[in-house]
Amino acid sequence: MKRVYPNKDFCIGCHICELACLTAHSKSKDLILAYTVERGQNGVASSKHVHEGGATCVALSCRHCDEPSCVAACISGALQKDPESGRTIYDREKCVGCWSCLMACPFGAIARHPLEQKIVKCDLCFDRPGGPACVAACPNKALKQEER
Amino acid sequence: MLFQPINRNYHDFSIVRDKDLCINCKVCVRQCSYEAHFWDETRQKVMHDNAKCVGCHRCEALCPTSALLIQKKRSDFKDNALWRPEFIKYIYKQADTGGVLLTGMGSPVNIPIYWDKLLLDASQVTNPSIDPLREPMELKTFLGSKPDKLEFAKTKDGSPKLKTKLAPQIELNYPLMFSAMSFGSINFNLHVAMARAATELGICYNTGEGGLHKSLYEYGKNTIVQVASGRFGVHRDFLNAGAGIEIKVGQGAKPGIGGHLPGEKINAMVSETRMVPLGSDAISPAPHHDIYSIEDLHQLIYALKEASEYRVPVSVKIAAVHNVAAIASGIVRAGADIVAIDGIRGGTGAAPGMIRDNVGIPIELALAQVDQRLRDEGIRNRASIVAAGGTRCSADVVKAIALGADACYIATSVLLAVGCTLCAKCYTGKCPWGIATNDARLAKRQNPDVAAQKMVNLVHAWGHEIEEMLGGMGLNSIESLRGNRDKLRAVGLSDTEMDILGVKHAGR
Repeated sequence: MKRVYPNKDFCIGCHICELACLTAHSKSKDLILAYTVERGQNGVASSKHVHEGGATCVALSCRHCDEPSCVAACISGALQKDPESGRTIYDREKCVGCWSCLMACPFGAIARHPLEQKIVKCDLCFDRPGGPACVAACPNKALKQEER
Repeated sequence: MLFQPINRNYHDFSIVRDKDLCINCKVCVRQCSYEAHFWDETRQKVMHDNAKCVGCHRCEALCPTSALLIQKKRSDFKDNALWRPEFIKYIYKQADTGGVLLTGMGSPVNIPIYWDKLLLDASQVTNPSIDPLREPMELKTFLGSKPDKLEFAKTKDGSPKLKTKLAPQIELNYPLMFSAMSFGSINFNLHVAMARAATELGICYNTGEGGLHKSLYEYGKNTIVQVASGRFGVHRDFLNAGAGIEIKVGQGAKPGIGGHLPGEKINAMVSETRMVPLGSDAISPAPHHDIYSIEDLHQLIYALKEASEYRVPVSVKIAAVHNVAAIASGIVRAGADIVAIDGIRGGTGAAPGMIRDNVGIPIELALAQVDQRLRDEGIRNRASIVAAGGTRCSADVVKAIALGADACYIATSVLLAVGCTLCAKCYTGKCPWGIATNDARLAKRQNPDVAAQKMVNLVHAWGHEIEEMLGGMGLNSIESLRGNRDKLRAVGLSDTEMDILGVKHAGR
C-alpha cells in the first residue's frame, strides 16, 4: 500500500505539515479558523508530529502497519485493519478512550484527543481529493506518499 | 534602543505582521536564522525585532497565512545627492567596528547595464524567420581550441578522411554552464543538485575552488574542475575527473583579491574535500604564487595539460578589468583553450563591498573587446570565450553570444532558481534559504531532488526562448549568431560605447 514516508535528511522542521493536517481535519477547512478557534472549541488536532533532536527532525504519523499493535490492543474494536485499502482505520463511535492503543503503538503515533476521551490518528486523508494534506503542504518534499 | 548601540534603529527593513492573519504558529520563528522573529513567552505571541531582519523573505515565503510583509524601513535621512543613505550607514558601521565592510552576491550599484541598451534583430519579408517548434534548431556548443584550417586525406576507397588532429572539446547541449561556486561557499546538497542537473541537461557545472567531493566523481563528464590560487582539493584524480580544467585567476566580484572561507564553514566533508584541517580558515591568496607572467601561466596550463594527458581543454578565468583584451590575448597565446571572463556584476559568497562595487568593468564591454582583439590578431579560433557575471535572462545570453561569447556561465540565476532573494548576506554562513551555509539545520532546506529539477527547468526555459529568438532572426544554429554583431543595435549609447561594443545605433 502507499504509505506516507518522511525523509529526515530534508525535513526542515517548519511544522507546516501539522498545520495542513489540522486544517484538513477541521470543520471550516480554513487554517486561521482551525488554528485559532476550532482547536479550542472542538479540539481539532494534528495527527502529524514533528520530532526534533539536534539538527535532525522528522515528521511522524501512523504508519498503518501490516500487523498493527494498536488493533491487537484495542478493547472495543474501534481500531481495525481495512483489508481493502490496507489502512488502519479508527471508528470514533466505538472508541472508549482506554488508551491501550497509545501504549501499544511502538512509534508513538497515536495521541489523546485534547478535549474528549478519544484518540487522534492519521487517516491518510482518505477522503481528500489531493491525497494526504501533509504531503501536499511540505515545502521541501520531505514527505512522500509511495509504495515501497 | 534601550541597552543598544545608538545607530541600531537605522536598520534596512521592517517586518509588517497582519494581526488578522497571523495565527502565532511560529513557522517564521523556526525559519529565521537571524532570530528576527521570536516567541514571546510573556505575551504568548510571536514578536519580531526589525533590526535583525536582513530582507531575505524566507518568513514571508513560508508563512502559511501570508501574514508577513517585508518592507524597506520607511525612515529617511535628509535628502543628499552625495551622502546617500548607504554611505551614511557604512560610516556608522565602520565607526563601530573598525572593519572592512563585507558583502555577498553581485554588485547592486547602478553601473550601466549594456544588455538593456542592446536590441535584437528579427526577419521581415526579405528573409524568412524560422519556427523552432517545426524546424530543427541547433544550440549545441563546443568549447575548446579550433584548428586554423582543416586538412583531409583520401582513404583507399577514395573517400575523404580528416587529417587534422582536433583539440579536445567540451560538448554542451545549451550555450550555458553553471558557474564556479565552491563546495564550502555553497553546501553539498546544491553541488549534488548542480551535478545532476548538468548531467540531465548535457551541460557542465564548475566545481569552484573547493575541490570535488568523491561521491560526485560519477558526474565527471559534466564537471569542470577548478584550480585556484589556494589549490584546495587539487590532486591527480581531481584533475582527471572532469570534462575540463579551469585555472581561476580572477573573479568579477572581487578582482585582484583572494578568497576567505571562514573556519566555521569547514565541516568534515568540506575539510576532506578541500584537504584542509577541520575548522581552520581556508584562505586563497590574491595571486597564484606561481604566476607572475604570461610565461608562468603558460607553464601552469601545460602542467595541467600534462597531468590530464591532453584529454581535456584548459580554461583560464579572469575578472573583466581595464586591459582585459590584451590580457586575454596573452592567455590564448599561453595555450588556454577557453578564456572565461567574469564581469563586475558577477556574484560571490563574500567580498569587501568596496571592491565588489568599484573594481572591474561590465562584462558587455569586456566581452566585445576581447572578441574583437582575438579576431584582429587572428587567434580567435584558438580559444572559446565564456562570458560570466550578470546574465539575467535568455535575451542576455543571446546578446552575449552576438557580442562574441561561445557560452555563458550562469550562477546568480541558478541560485535564484532555488530560492535566493539576493539579500547579500552569504558571508554570514546563516543563509535562511539553505544555500550559502553548511549549517546542517539550514543546508537541508535545499533538497537536491527539488533543486536539480528547478535548475533543469530554468535551462529548458531559456533554451526554448533562445531558440525562439534565433528563429526570429532567421538563424537555425547558435553558431550563426556567434560574434554576429549585425544582429544587435544600441539605444541611447554614446559613440564611444558603440565603438567599444562594435554595434550600430538603432535605426542605422
